[in-house]
Amino acid sequence: MTDDRAKKSATRRDFLAGTARLAAGITLVSVAATKSSRATPATMQAAIRKVVGAAPVRKGKIMIDVPPLVENGNTVPVTITVDSPMTATEYVKSIHLFNEKNPQPNVIGVHLGPRAGKAALSTRIKLADAQKIVAVAQLNDGSFWSDDADVIVTIAACVEDLQ
Amino acid sequence: MTARALINVPAKARRGEIIEIKTLIAHPMETGFRVGLNGALIARDIITTFRCTYNGEEIFRADFSPAIAANPFLTFFTVATVTGTIELQWEGDNGLSATESAPITVE
Repeated sequence: MTDDRAKKSATRRDFLAGTARLAAGITLVSVAATKSSRATPATMQAAIRKVVGAAPVRKGKIMIDVPPLVENGNTVPVTITVDSPMTATEYVKSIHLFNEKNPQPNVIGVHLGPRAGKAALSTRIKLADAQKIVAVAQLNDGSFWSDDADVIVTIAACVEDLQ
Repeated sequence: MTARALINVPAKARRGEIIEIKTLIAHPMETGFRVGLNGALIARDIITTFRCTYNGEEIFRADFSPAIAANPFLTFFTVATVTGTIELQWEGDNGLSATESAPITVE
């Protein structure tokens, strides 16, 4: 009788421990999944470093024009302008746009030259969450300039499911 | 695979004038991060590269990521130098390739 009860309680203990382990496992898996499916400020910094290398990035010369509050993250109008005369001796080589919380940190990278006349572009982007976006411009002298903008998004894009 | 594109290039410009080129292409820009009705991820299908040439010389190039909205819209500028053709080219996943061109008269 005592043996029987001991056996029973052992089974119950095993069961509880097993459930706990399973729950812990699921939590771990879901945490890992969330981590891998979203960019973070750190991955954005890494993506920026990939473009600029070890060069210092200064604030200024470039400007992001984006609405501070957008309803639909699926189409967010963005205009980037770089203050440059765009002459043969002084021009913008490239402009890159990054984000913090989309699945991937890169948004767009454009390459231009003195023939652009004006270093500016407009496009529409997707934003998965309220976040900060960063634009980096490379001038022909090798210097990098950046600007950032905070955007509040009420309906997120990119990761929504069709279910 | 082709996609319908709309472009806006001024037909006439003065020499040295900075002109704006507007482009829009019909494309879903499927990110590859969304889950479909069957619970599986929908495969990525995006436009990856956009290129603009002026009489054969590349003047603007853009690398798109899945974070570009569906039906990619892009505007940029160039200096009208000589009479010729402005050609716009999109390339993407699943062998997508689309080309549009517009003549420009420079006075």
